[in-house]
Amino acid sequence: MPNAVEIKNVSKRYNINHQQGGYIALRDVLANIFKHPMRFAKKKVGGAFKPKEEFWALKDINLSVKKGEAIGIIGPNGAGKSTLLKILSQITPPTTGQIKMMGKVASMLEVGTGFHPELTGRENVFLNGAILGMSRIEIGQKFDSIVKFAGVEKFIDTPVKHYSSGMQVRLAFAVAAHLEPDILIIDEVLAVGDAQFQKKSLSKMEEVTRNQQRTILFVSHNMDAVQKLCTRTIVLHEGKILLEGPTDKIISQYLEQKMDHVAERIWEPDKAPGDDVVRMRAMRALDQTGQISKQFDVRDPVNIEVEYEVFQPAHRLMLQLYFFNELSHVIFISNNNLDAPWQDGEHPVGRFRSVCQIPGDFLNESIISVAYRMINPDLAQMIHATEPEALKFQIDDRLDPEGVRGNFKLPWRLDGVRPRIPWKIDQLS
Amino acid sequence: MATETIIRPKKHLSWEDFKELWQYRELLYFFTWRDIKVRYKQTIIGVGWAVFQPFMTMVVFSIFFGHFAKMPSEGVPYPIFVFVGLLLWQFFSASLNGASASLTNNTGIVTKVYFPRLILPVSSTLTNFVDFAISFIVLIGIMAYYQFLPNLMGFWILPLLLVITFMIAVGIGMFLASINVKYRDVRYALPYFIQMLLFVTPVIYPPSIAGKYSWILALNPMTGVIKAARSSILGTTPINWTLLGISTAFGILALVIGVVVFKKTERYFADIV
Repeated sequence: MPNAVEIKNVSKRYNINHQQGGYIALRDVLANIFKHPMRFAKKKVGGAFKPKEEFWALKDINLSVKKGEAIGIIGPNGAGKSTLLKILSQITPPTTGQIKMMGKVASMLEVGTGFHPELTGRENVFLNGAILGMSRIEIGQKFDSIVKFAGVEKFIDTPVKHYSSGMQVRLAFAVAAHLEPDILIIDEVLAVGDAQFQKKSLSKMEEVTRNQQRTILFVSHNMDAVQKLCTRTIVLHEGKILLEGPTDKIISQYLEQKMDHVAERIWEPDKAPGDDVVRMRAMRALDQTGQISKQFDVRDPVNIEVEYEVFQPAHRLMLQLYFFNELSHVIFISNNNLDAPWQDGEHPVGRFRSVCQIPGDFLNESIISVAYRMINPDLAQMIHATEPEALKFQIDDRLDPEGVRGNFKLPWRLDGVRPRIPWKIDQLS
Repeated sequence: MATETIIRPKKHLSWEDFKELWQYRELLYFFTWRDIKVRYKQTIIGVGWAVFQPFMTMVVFSIFFGHFAKMPSEGVPYPIFVFVGLLLWQFFSASLNGASASLTNNTGIVTKVYFPRLILPVSSTLTNFVDFAISFIVLIGIMAYYQFLPNLMGFWILPLLLVITFMIAVGIGMFLASINVKYRDVRYALPYFIQMLLFVTPVIYPPSIAGKYSWILALNPMTGVIKAARSSILGTTPINWTLLGISTAFGILALVIGVVVFKKTERYFADIV
C-alpha cells in the first residue's frame, strides 16, 4: 500500500508572549517606539541574537501512514496532539518540515463548527457541510440520512437556537460523520451527547473506519475508542513521538508508564481556559495532608482543588467536576453549588478556590480522570471553560482488610465506586 | 482523484491560490447566503431596515444640509442629489466595515477548519449588494416622488462603479482585517475614520464648493465614483474620466496590496486571532 500521509521533520514553535490580556494594542506598540526609540531599535537588532522565549509544541515529528490505515494518537495534555492535528488540517503552518498528503482531506476538530443559532437545522446542515468541504449536491444526497442519524426529523425547519444542546451536537456529528474523504482527521469528537448517542457515534465511526480506502488519524483520550478504531497508535509526549506500534501493545505500555497522570495544573493568565467572565487558574489533586499526589489509596480521601478568577460580578457560575474511570465511563458528577453560602453561584470579582472533598472508602481502584466545566447553571449552552481530562490520578488498592473489601482478596475493579455501605446479617433459623 | 496536498512552513502567493478559491466557490456562496439570511433575523421590520437606514439618513441630510444650510446640489432636488451619493457611500462603508471585521467575527471557524480565508472578506462584501439593490429601488421611488426624469442611459455605469467601489473596499478591508487579527485597534479606529471620511467625500455636497481646493477631494478614491454616478444618472455634468481613472487605479492597487498582505499573514491567523 502506498503512503497516504508522510510527515517529515515537522516542528512547531510558538513564541510565548508574556503580555497580559489576549491581544496587543497597536497604541502600546507605537507608544513604546516613540517613548524609547533607542530601546526599540536595540531590541529589534538584539532580538535576532538573543534567544526569544519560545516553546516547541512539536519537535521533529516523522510519521508515515499507509493508505487505509487508522492510526491513533494519544498522549497527555500539552503533548502536542492538537497542534499536530491543526498542522495536518492546515489551520496553522509548521515552523519546519513538510507534510505530503495524497487524496481529499477532511478534518473534524470540533463538531458544529460554524453552526449559526438563527438558521434552521436544514440550513445549518448545508452551511456546516460546505464548511467541512462537501459540495451542495453531495449534501443534498446525504441530507435524509444525516437528519435520520441525528434523530431531529421533526425539528429540521426550526432554528437551532431552540434545539437542546444534545440535539445540536447530534446534528453536528451527523453532518461530520457523512464526510467521505480519503483522509479523515478526527479530534476527540466522540465525547459528545448522551451514552446512547456515544455508542451510536462510535459504531458509525467504526463503519467509517472499516472502509479500506480511507486513512484515519484519530486523537482521543478515550482508550476504548482508540482500541476499537485504530490498528496502530503513537504516543506523543512533550512534542515528540515517544512510542509507536500496534494499538494494544502501545496502550498497555502507555497506561503502565502512567505518563499521562497529572496531579496539578497551573494556567498562565494569558493561556488560561475561560472567557471575559471567568478564567481557570489552577487545579490539583491533594491528599489529606494537603500534598499534591498522583496516587491515592482506596481508603484515603481525595481533595480536588480548583482555583479560578472571576472578572465580572453578577454572573451565575457553577463548577462541575466529572469523574471518569479508566474505561472512560462517568462514575459521578459533582457541583460546587452544595456549599450553602454560594448556592446561587454569584461570585464577586476576585480569585476563588473550590475544593471537592471525596471521602475515603469511596472511589474504586482505577485510574480516575477529572473533567471540569465552568457553566451558567441556567443556560446549558453557556460554558465558560471546560476540559475533558484536566487531572488524572491513580487509586490503588493495598488489600487493607480495614477497607471496604474486608478480607475479600480477589480483584475488584469493575465498578466506578466502592463506597462503604452498612450491612446487617441476621441468622433466621 | 489524486489530489495531493503539501504542507510547508512558507507558502508564496501563486496561481494555485486562485484555483483553490474557485474550488471553494460554493463556500463563498454559503457564507454570503448565511450573512444575508441572518442579517435582519429577530428584528420586527426585518428587511425594512435596509430601506429605513438610507432613507432616514437622506431625510436628515436633506433637512439640515439641503434646507437649512442651502447646500448647492447642481440643480437637482437635494434629496435625490444626496441619495445618489449615499447609495454608493453606504455600500462602501458597510463593505469596508464588514471586510475588516470578517476574520475576527469568524474566529470559531478560522481556528477549526481550513478553507481559503480570502472567502471571508469577499463574502462579507458581497452581502452588501442586497442592501444596495434595495436602496436603489428606494432611489427610483424618490425620483418618482419628485417627478425627476433621470438620464436612463446613465444607469449603465452603475455596475462599473460598483466594481470599482468593491475593489477599493475589499482591498482596504483585507489589509485592515489582517491587522485587526493582531491589533484590535482597528475595531475602534475604523468607525471613527469612516465617519470622518464621509465629510471629505462629496456625498452631502458637490465637489465644486471646495473651489480651487477641490483637487484635494480628488485624492479620495470615492470622489471619482460618486461624482461619476451623479454625472451619469442625474446628467448634471459630463463624466470626469480622469477622476474615475484615478479611482479605478486606486481600486486595483488597493486590491493587489490587500490580497498580498492578506495572503502573507493568512496562515498565522489561527495562532494569533
